[in-house]
Amino acid sequence: MLSVGTFVLISIIKIVIALIVLLTAVAYTVWLERKVVGHIQNRWGPTRVGPFGLLQPLADGVKFIFKEDLTSPHVYRPLYIAAPMISLIFALTSIAVIPVGNWVTVGGIHTPLQITDVNMGLLIVLGITSMGVYGVALAGWSSNSKYSLLGGLRASAQMVSYEVSLGLSLIGVLIMAGSFSLRDIVDAQGGAYWHVIPRWNIFQGQIFAFFIYLTAAFAETNRIPFDLPEAETELVAGYHTEYSAMKFAMFFMAEYANMITVACLASLLFLGGWHGPLFGPAWLQAILPLFWFALRIFGFLFVYIWVRGTLPRFRYDQLMAFGWKVLLPLAIANLMITGLIVALKS
Amino acid sequence: MPQNYVPIFIFIAVVGVLIPVTLLAAKLVRPDNPHREKLLPYECGIDPVDRARGRYTVRFYIIAILFVVFDVETIFLFPWAVKFKALGMFGLLEMLIFLAILIVGYIWIWKKGALEWV
Repeated sequence: MLSVGTFVLISIIKIVIALIVLLTAVAYTVWLERKVVGHIQNRWGPTRVGPFGLLQPLADGVKFIFKEDLTSPHVYRPLYIAAPMISLIFALTSIAVIPVGNWVTVGGIHTPLQITDVNMGLLIVLGITSMGVYGVALAGWSSNSKYSLLGGLRASAQMVSYEVSLGLSLIGVLIMAGSFSLRDIVDAQGGAYWHVIPRWNIFQGQIFAFFIYLTAAFAETNRIPFDLPEAETELVAGYHTEYSAMKFAMFFMAEYANMITVACLASLLFLGGWHGPLFGPAWLQAILPLFWFALRIFGFLFVYIWVRGTLPRFRYDQLMAFGWKVLLPLAIANLMITGLIVALKS
Repeated sequence: MPQNYVPIFIFIAVVGVLIPVTLLAAKLVRPDNPHREKLLPYECGIDPVDRARGRYTVRFYIIAILFVVFDVETIFLFPWAVKFKALGMFGLLEMLIFLAILIVGYIWIWKKGALEWV
């Protein structure tokens, strides 16, 4: 058992590392998006700042800090300032319970590769990510602008609509794993059938759940084709029309941090987390799980960007009809069929 | 273990200090030249017409109510799913009855037109 001091110290070290990695990942997801979308549209993307434009995120960060921050006197100040902070704090916090690998022993201390290993991991992630709605709704209301209000309302209606399907699509996985702990869910997916097909949930009949989750996740994070809240051709920028400089950057970072969280959850729940072939010397075997996990997340982010470069935007009534009339019945059907099959098997 | 939840609060505290500090630091270094035209709410270059917080469609309220109904149901299903194997056939039948009632309600709201946007 660790003493209280060591426990807090280890937690803080892990938190600092996780924050640095997450914020770097957020910055470079933006770079990746600009680069990939650029190439899809026959452009180059960022090229000027550093080799391949790699220093572009750094330049953007500096620019965000030194930009003039316009706060209209008509806004409701306390909520106007709190909204981006709420968005970003909850977008970052969900990483706290996401495991990235097995247990390791460093300097005689046995610790999981995760900020904290709780047995309610999945519930906490869902709870924290749904708090993000508050940031968006408050930003839209407090900005005192018509576009912001419409964007905020649309965003909150859309996010709550798709949250139902998102939650229901996870129930099949919970039936399979029998635990809320993200680590247990990943452990239940270890091994392979006939040494070829891995026992990931997606190959255990949860393939429909996976696509329901993916669609709902796109809507939850307000990404194309579901980016109605920020539809720039009709709403200027939606709920962050009135925001500038660092406050705008916070909404921006929150969106990309949410994308990364959603990608992590998808890999953990459906694609076997960090499981993958292990080979080579001991140090390579220690690093490979991290690499496989990062590869999955990269794959998801790439799909996100690819979809953005390919699909047009939905109309709002289509979006709502799709969420309530297609995705929700599919999610309920998937849950009932999974329950029946698991019950008949056992 | 309950102490495993403590790092989550440490995380919120760290981030909750870091973000306001970033905002304050930006406040110290950025230029500040407010001007009446700059501070107007954005409305495509013209002076704002009418009040910003006008009336909006009642559909948003309906969506909110439907969300509460279905989200409570999701939360109800989560513990059932985790204990699924322990509950066995009895748990499955109970939940199928619950879902059947829910689906009847779902069909009713669909027929009533609560899911239509226009």
